[in-house]
This record gives sequence, C-alpha cells and structure tokens, in this order.
Amino acid sequence: MAEFKKPKSLADVPLHYCPGCPHGIIHRLVAEVMDELGIEGKAIGVAPVGCAVMAYDYFTCDMIEAAHGRAPAVATGIKRCRPDNIVFTYQGDGDLASIGMAETVHSAARNENITVIFVNNAIYGMTGGQMAPTSLPGQVTQTSPYGRDVKHCGWPIKVCEMLSTLEGPEYITRVAVNNVKNVNNAKKAIKKAFQNQIDGKGFSLVEVVSACPTNWGMTPQKALEWVESDMLPYYPIGVYKDRTAAKEAE
Amino acid sequence: MKTTQILIAGFGGQGVLFAGKFLAYKGMTEDLQVSWLPSYGPEMRGGTANCSVILSDMPVGSPIITQPDVLIAMNLPSLLKYMDTVAPGGQIFVDSSLIDTKVTRTDVQVFYIPATQLAKDAGFATLANMVLVGKVIKESSAVSFENNRQTFEKFIPAKKANLIDINCQALITGYDY
Amino acid sequence: MAERVLMKGNEAIAEAAIRAGCRHYFGYPITPQTEIAAYMAKKMPKIGGVFLQAESEIASINMVYGAAATGMRVMTSSSSPGISLKAEGLSYIAGSDVPALVVNVQRGGPGLGGIQPSQSDYFQATKGGGHGDYRMIVLAPASVQEMASLTIKGFNLADKYLMTSMILADGTIGQMMEPISFEDAEIEVYEKPWALTGTNCERKHNVVNSLYLKPDELEIKNLERYKRYELVEQNEAMWEEYMMEDAEYCVVAFGIASRVAKNAVAAARKEGIKVGLIRPITLWPFPVKPLAAAADKVKAFISVELNMGQMIEDVRLATQCKKPVSLCSRCGGMIPSPDEVLEAIRKAQKGAF
Repeated sequence: MAEFKKPKSLADVPLHYCPGCPHGIIHRLVAEVMDELGIEGKAIGVAPVGCAVMAYDYFTCDMIEAAHGRAPAVATGIKRCRPDNIVFTYQGDGDLASIGMAETVHSAARNENITVIFVNNAIYGMTGGQMAPTSLPGQVTQTSPYGRDVKHCGWPIKVCEMLSTLEGPEYITRVAVNNVKNVNNAKKAIKKAFQNQIDGKGFSLVEVVSACPTNWGMTPQKALEWVESDMLPYYPIGVYKDRTAAKEAE
Repeated sequence: MKTTQILIAGFGGQGVLFAGKFLAYKGMTEDLQVSWLPSYGPEMRGGTANCSVILSDMPVGSPIITQPDVLIAMNLPSLLKYMDTVAPGGQIFVDSSLIDTKVTRTDVQVFYIPATQLAKDAGFATLANMVLVGKVIKESSAVSFENNRQTFEKFIPAKKANLIDINCQALITGYDY
Repeated sequence: MAERVLMKGNEAIAEAAIRAGCRHYFGYPITPQTEIAAYMAKKMPKIGGVFLQAESEIASINMVYGAAATGMRVMTSSSSPGISLKAEGLSYIAGSDVPALVVNVQRGGPGLGGIQPSQSDYFQATKGGGHGDYRMIVLAPASVQEMASLTIKGFNLADKYLMTSMILADGTIGQMMEPISFEDAEIEVYEKPWALTGTNCERKHNVVNSLYLKPDELEIKNLERYKRYELVEQNEAMWEEYMMEDAEYCVVAFGIASRVAKNAVAAARKEGIKVGLIRPITLWPFPVKPLAAAADKVKAFISVELNMGQMIEDVRLATQCKKPVSLCSRCGGMIPSPDEVLEAIRKAQKGAF
C-alpha cells in the first residue's frame, strides 16, 4: 500500500483554515494533480481575495496575489506573456461570481488557456459569513439574518450553467468534496482541467461545491450533510460543457 | 523669424484634416518646424471639423491657433465663427461655391474660389479642399509649389497611389485660378 | 540625424513603447487615446507581441499586473475616467513592486466630464489615485517628440525602480502631429530575479504579493519602498528652463500649458517684462531644486494649468511660499490663450494677484 505523503507541490507549513474546512482537501487535490502531471516547476498560481488569500504560502510553485475578483485578468496577463507556463487561479464564490464576474465571463469567452478552481461554499468566509452570490434562497447569513429573500436581493447564481452557454470555454464542470467518492471525482475533474491547459485546449473551470462549517454555524459533519441535502440539489454535480468530448461524440 | 498659422475649417468629410496633413508634410519637407492639430471627438462624426497647422522656421510654441494668418473656410458656419479671429493683414480663402456671404473686414485679404465647382468640373468632386490649398500656396508665402508629388507620397499609402495624380491636379487647378 | 516622421502624439507613444521592448498591451477604448490601442492592434501581431482589448479598464490593469509580474515590459493606456478605474490595479502594482507603464491622455472631469484636453488629473497622478502609501513616476510630455522619448524613459525608470511610470499627457498632445525622430532610443535592461517564470523545480518559489497581515512587516515593506522613492527624488527630477537667466517673474507650466506659456513669455519679453518659464518634465518627482533657486531670485510665480489649480500647491511647497504664486488657468477642456497668460504675467508685474 502506498504511503500517505504530502504532495511536493504543497508547502510544509500549517494552513490557516478553520477546523473542518474543505479548503485543505481542495488544496491537496490541486497539489496532487500538479505532482502527477509534473508541472510544479512550470506552474504559476493566482491567489484570490477570500479565505484562500494566503494560498501563495501553501503552493510551492510561483504565485501571485490578485485583487478581489481579478484573478482571471491577472492570469490572462501571465499566460499571454508566458504561454508555456501552466497558469491557474484558485477563487471563492464572492471573488469569482460577484466582484469578479466580468473577469470570469470574459476570460471564459476568450477561451483563455488557463485553469480555474472555483470553490463554492455559499458564503463569504474571510469577512465573517456574509451573503454570497451563491447563498441559497432562505439561507441565513450575517447580511441576510432573516434568510436570503430572493425578492429583495435576487437569486443565487449558477456559474457552471451560465458559463456553459458561452461558445468560448473548453470545459466547465461541477464537483463536490463532501464524501470520498465525490473527492475522488473532484480530483479527476481538476486533473482534466490542468491537462486541457497542457494540451492547449483552453479555459477550464472546476466548480467545487464545498462547506463552511464555521460560518454556517454547523459541525463539520453536519455541514457535509447540508452540502448533500441543500447545496447539491441547487448546484447539481456534472459536466456542463466539454467541447472535446462533445466533438468526439459527434 | 517666419511663422504661418493656418486654420482649415469645414464639415466632416470635406477633407479638412487631409488638407492640413498635406501642408504639414509640405512644411516638413522644406525643413520647417510644423504642428498639426485636429479637432476630435463626436463633433467629427459628420459635424464641423477643423485643423490647425503651424509652419515656422523656429520651434513651434502653442499648437493651438487663436489668431490665424490664413483661414480656409469650407462652409458658412466656419467662416462666421473664425473670420473675426484672422490676424490683421491675414488672408481668408472662401469656397464660394458653398458660401455666398462676403467678408466685411477690410484689414484682411479675401479670396473667393468656387472650389467645389472647380473640383466637380475637373472630375475630382471630392477635392475642393486641395483646390483651396493650391490657391493658398500661390497667395501666401507659407510653402513652395514644388515637390507636391513627393509630399503626397510621404503619407498616401502605396496601394492608394492613384490618388496622388488627381490631388496634384487639384492643387494646380487652385494655383492657376 | 535619423529621419523625421510626422506622427500623432498617441501613435508616437505606441511606436516608442514597441521600440522600448514592450510586447504586451492591454487596454479598453476611451477618447482621446484610442490611437494608441489602434496602433498596437495593428503592429503587435506582426512582431510576435500581444494586443488584447480587455472587458474593462479594471481587467486591463490587472492583466498588466500579471504580465508585469512575469518580468515582461507591459503597458496600458487610458484617459481620465478610465484611470480612475485602474486606480485599484495601480495600488496593487505599487504594493507588489513590479514595473509597468501607464498612459493617461487626460480629458476634462470630474465624472464623465468631457473629451477635450485637461490637466485635472495632476492630483490623482502625483498624490495617489489608488489607496495606500505609494508613488508613481509621472512624466509630462510637451511635444510629440517627448511623447516618444518619455515613453522609453518611462519603461527604463519603471524597471530601474520597480514601480509604475505614468505618462501624463493630454488630448492636445495626444491628437496633434509633429515631426519626430527615434534616434535616441536607449533601452536599459535590468535583471528580474523576482519574476514569475515557473520555479523549474530549481529555486524557491517567487511570490508577487502586496498582502502583509503583520503590521510591522508591512511597515518595513513601505519603508523599503520609500527608500527607493527617495533615490528617485534625488536622481530623476527633470525640467526645462526657458529665459530664466535674468527673470524677475517665473511662469511654471507643464505639458500643453507650457507651450501656450512659452508664447506668452516671448510676448511679455517684447514688452520688456523679464519673465521666464520653468517646465516640470517629471511631475513626481517634482523639480523642487530649480523652483527653490528661483524663489530667491524672482519676485513672483505664475502657475499656468488646465485645471482649477493643482500643481500650484507643489509650486508653493517647493518655493516654501517665499514669493507670491498666482494661478492662471482654464478647465473643463478649455485652454488659456497666450493673451490670457500674458495678462496674468502683466498682473504679477504690477503686484496684483
């Protein structure tokens, strides 16, 4: 049996994430994929503003810290200068789907040859639990204390569904990390998203439905159950766009 | 020190900027200091257009012309707007095909040239601008009438070289009027 | 002498940038600077470079940030309202100590303002614009030739001091054509060991970042940065003096205003008024030295600007208010005539402010 080791692409430092937070799992999946594809030396990562703001300390590849929401634009600048490097962003829901929506949509429309890891936990974690663009109808947060009222502040945004309407992007998929099976599938999707970039196929986004026990006010166990019972019905797992697969099926 | 400040004004589409460009390039080929300043923005989309060209044997100070030595007026609004700004002793060139108003000032030289009609008759209807420039070169001492072709070659791309002949002819038409 | 070519100011910036080794341009359309983007769109694909029209000014400055972090020479250009949108990125670029060139072909403000020439972004360019303690090298061309030469200089200085160089031009200089030559293009090359290139698994990872959660660390970062800014102040101030030898009055003006002011100075000299001109070429660092020296010689200063009086504050600081400073200005896209400036000089001579 293989020995369980820290991936090379993950730095040997304590993570700052809350107990029970799946960011650690998702970081590890990204790092394992980088190890397996042998791209650590070529990778340049873009950290967001949000809980993963200090991701630049955790990945051992070259890293840059972007302004809130601007990671895809920063990644575009890097990739256009260094097309032979592997450029990825790691963003949360507020970053990617609220303040950075224009950058997200347009980098997808350009089929920018980058990999986007989008962690959707339906809340602003770093600032202490405010309503996110992906918070569910009725969800109680610091800024929707009576539950998200869709008549007042609108509906949550389904990023994969929306982006998959664009001609541009290569690969749009949604995964989850609430159980072992889903974690394994998430890794496969992330690996494909990086492989697509290596193959020059273009914009690949993996939405990872995640949990935020701290700001949801739940135990880690309960939070994972809530992902299954409440999040996934609204944000179904699946491949929303895969241009290469669609072409091959024709 | 010799400086000539030339203001060309008319409608967008009359070739105001092009005429200015020719004069600027002409000045440059004669080793003068030159500046060319267009009006820009929405008013250029079919509205009024003007262009300031300064030719000098000294470095050009402000490229903005407040008191032109030479005014080329290609429509009535431009003549009315700028005729009082012309320096005493200056020259006004009026396209009399399009403007039937006369300049009342007596301290300036005024030339009425039916430029649009002349251009039309000669078969290059869109070159009233260059007809006027031909006359300006004759009556002012800003630049010489030599090497016109070489000047056009500097800014008309090779694939549009056929335009050079008719532009030269338009200059001659104005010069000889 | 290299051949003189007739070019628009905006085009001169674009051509000079290419000659300076810039192969990446990211921008968003806005009047009156669109010729820069158009020139880049035409030229870049032919020389293996990248022109990319971004979805917004915000995206374009962040593309510049990413590109700059890779060590490449990169630029963007815009006009006043667009520069406000870029302010966020300018702050991040400053906080991350990466070099970039940003062009502002100014138009009248505030708000959507107008599209005619203005200098009303002087404060924004020299005092901040974005958040936090930072500076930009601000270069103010007064001719098409300087649009080119200061663009090349701007790239060199940005690389040398790891900061943004801003070309602060205006609609007039951007739109006008003058003959220029490119013979003096001197490209300086600097090592960039901090650049994001991929570790190749041979070195510790490079991190380009402006986040420092520990206040003592952030303070040290800022102090280090200001040490660098001090060197810029000591070494890089540029200005032009015109008829200052025997001047009793001193006009201070930059960019297009200085061109108008020169005409007025020449006219005033004909009237026997001993007046000269100091033209700041760098607005930051502001040329304190010649102004301080002039303050001991002249009787009064006249600040000529295309705004409500912004540079005048730096003139007063540089001269330590030793002599009166009056303002001669138009705003909103209007430009003072040489006669208006001449009148201001006459007033200063009469001691009337």
